[in-house]
Amino acid sequence: MATSASAYENDIKNLKATELTLGLPGTHLQQNVPIIDQEKSSASSSSNKRPLQLPHEETSPAQDCGSKCSNIAKNTDDDAAPPPSKAKIVGWPPIRSYRKNSLQEQSEAAGGIYVKVSMDGAPYLRKIDLKIYGGYPQLLKALENMFKLTIGEYSEKEGYKGSDYAPTYEDKDGDWMLVGDVPWDMFVTSCKRLRIMKGSEARGLGCAV
Amino acid sequence: MKKAAYSFPEEVLEHVFSFIVSDKDRSSISLVCKSWYEIERWCRRKVFVGNCYAVSPPILIKRFPELRSVTLKGKPHFADFNLVPEGWGGFACPWIRAMAGAYPWLEEIRLKRMVVSDESLEIIAKSFRNFKVLVLSSCEGFTTEGLAAIAANCRNLRELDLRESEVEDLSGRWLSDFPDSYTSLESLNISCLGNEVNLLALERLVSRCPNLKTLRLNRAVPLDRLPNLLRGAPQLAELGTGAYTSEMRPDVFSNLAEAFAGCKQLKTLSGFWDVLPSYLPAVYPICSQLISLNLSYATVQSPDLIKLVSRCEKLQKLWVLDYIEDDGLEVLAASCKDLRELRVFPSDPFGLEPNVALTEQGLVSVSEGCPKLQSVLYFCRQMSNAALNTIARNRPNLTRFRLCIIEPRSPDYLTLQPLDDGFGAIVEHCKDLRRLSLSGLLTDRVFGYIGTYGKKLEMLSVAFAGDSDLGLHHVLSGCDNLRKLEIRDCPFGDKALLANAAKLETMRSLWMSSCSVSFGACKVLGQKMPRLNVEVMDESGPPDSRPESSPVEKLYVYRTVAGPRLDMPGFVWTMDDNSALRIS
Repeated sequence: MATSASAYENDIKNLKATELTLGLPGTHLQQNVPIIDQEKSSASSSSNKRPLQLPHEETSPAQDCGSKCSNIAKNTDDDAAPPPSKAKIVGWPPIRSYRKNSLQEQSEAAGGIYVKVSMDGAPYLRKIDLKIYGGYPQLLKALENMFKLTIGEYSEKEGYKGSDYAPTYEDKDGDWMLVGDVPWDMFVTSCKRLRIMKGSEARGLGCAV
Repeated sequence: MKKAAYSFPEEVLEHVFSFIVSDKDRSSISLVCKSWYEIERWCRRKVFVGNCYAVSPPILIKRFPELRSVTLKGKPHFADFNLVPEGWGGFACPWIRAMAGAYPWLEEIRLKRMVVSDESLEIIAKSFRNFKVLVLSSCEGFTTEGLAAIAANCRNLRELDLRESEVEDLSGRWLSDFPDSYTSLESLNISCLGNEVNLLALERLVSRCPNLKTLRLNRAVPLDRLPNLLRGAPQLAELGTGAYTSEMRPDVFSNLAEAFAGCKQLKTLSGFWDVLPSYLPAVYPICSQLISLNLSYATVQSPDLIKLVSRCEKLQKLWVLDYIEDDGLEVLAASCKDLRELRVFPSDPFGLEPNVALTEQGLVSVSEGCPKLQSVLYFCRQMSNAALNTIARNRPNLTRFRLCIIEPRSPDYLTLQPLDDGFGAIVEHCKDLRRLSLSGLLTDRVFGYIGTYGKKLEMLSVAFAGDSDLGLHHVLSGCDNLRKLEIRDCPFGDKALLANAAKLETMRSLWMSSCSVSFGACKVLGQKMPRLNVEVMDESGPPDSRPESSPVEKLYVYRTVAGPRLDMPGFVWTMDDNSALRIS
């Protein structure tokens, strides 16, 4: 996906974004996925990827990371690129149309802002509706419940102290930001997806500037 | 000749017969002798017609002149999944017209998968003075105008249930057509309606009907109107909410919680569209009395579901989305020891990857923890023979087992083997299994098991399975009680079908689509079996424009005493015993 020069400037300003790291190749998420899905995930990793920044690289965000990104591809490519096309079989899975419609309607429901949430090390994506949370505390509590972990206290200077996890999000410009940096309303309208980062990457966040 | 047994006066026999209620038993009575047949048919009040084309209105009316209750089913089950094209049939009108003339005292009409017009509803409204029950299940073809006619005219109506029907919702005004003097409503299900109904009219209706036990609202009824409705019907036993969301305000919540707490008889809950999780605790006061909970529209996550379900110790039936995940099912297994039925629906059926942590393990947990579990419908993305084996051994009392592994032809994810042995274990151990739906990678072997062990099996659904005609042959020759068989996308063809032609007369119906049955074989079947209707469906044109050996798109075979039907659309051909192609 092409990124303009102005987005690059944006990135320089948002140094926190450039602090983010990719998961190391060995720690990628495919291990727990049933064998049957591997065909599909390898198909998806060949599609167009979002460029992500490595902390020690000062590369333009327009650079295509190619295979480095493929490990994350499973979770991050869904909205950026069209999903691998799969011919829909008529009448399969066997679900009544009013159910299908209802699920669709509820996800498009007036005001519903659905974003995918992934967590490093977990094979499953979740979808949440940002509209139902009044603010950051409720959102973080929900994430803690959902993934059974503690996220810790947020502070502007130090990010998420006291925990191995840090919630991050991808904003409209494609940059990865720490959750909590911007006012809630701004966050809700600009957040495209969430990712709960783990381990050293998480601890590294928020220490810059 | 001994006369003793047959010299009871008719009235005595009639009285005895009145205690025999099941259709099967009444049928047996009627076969004893001619006089019993005669007495029975005059005092039969209730009839169930599983396939509306198996018999005709005149035949029904001639045999049973004094019916009070009629149930009719129309389209084949796979119509639910869009496999039956529009216009196929199942028209209720000819039946309703005929019954209007013959049964002025008819009280109950129940229709499933039929096409019902407003005109038919108007006929019902005007023809039966004592009309009490109208159930339209998965029907279509009518609008709210037809409902208005029912509301305005049926003074003694007790039950109006539109479950899962497709109604053209022109206006919510129809509800106001119930006169103010009308107070006999006991059950109302309008959950399928798209538009708002007149809420004031609804509130007044609910509060003036003291026997109202079942109220299933539609999504358009806002949550803040629910407390008023509940206060108007504290005797309610079954409630379907509307949209379960609102601006989070403490007074709305407490009002709601109080209203729920006031419904001491409430045992069944459903609805829950657009759930705002923070409102779920409003139902906590009644959880301990719930026996049935339908959360299959509730897009809330596992923790919220767990909090709710763990409080429902008397729960017998749970329908839920796969958001409940394996963890939630484990809690269910630990908390709800009375569970009889579980249905888990997919929240993201077309997604390529799992979006929730729900696997075969959840079902295994429930099979371990819930000793009364009889009925299962489970959508998941992975399964193993080991899990199926465990489930079968844990729960030999299963009577309905429907498993849908979302990706067709998925093997055992641990061994990469077909799931033949797993399903084999199910049919072997669950000796009372009446209904089975298969999925995953399956060879002819599984059908061998089904034919050998599935002796009580009445309905079997098969998709993307099997290797050859042998599979179909095992089922048709082995399953003694098979009534309905529906098959799609399997390599089953002519040999098994023709070899087991006689079996088809002992069944209600057979559906085969995207299989390998040739047009020629269909013609032969139609010729050989005059008491079967062999209908070929092909939307690409008349089957005889292609070679006899080409496979037909869809085949629907059913037994009938009414001969070929006369209302077939252009894409349906009947293979009648003239063996010539007849286009209706």
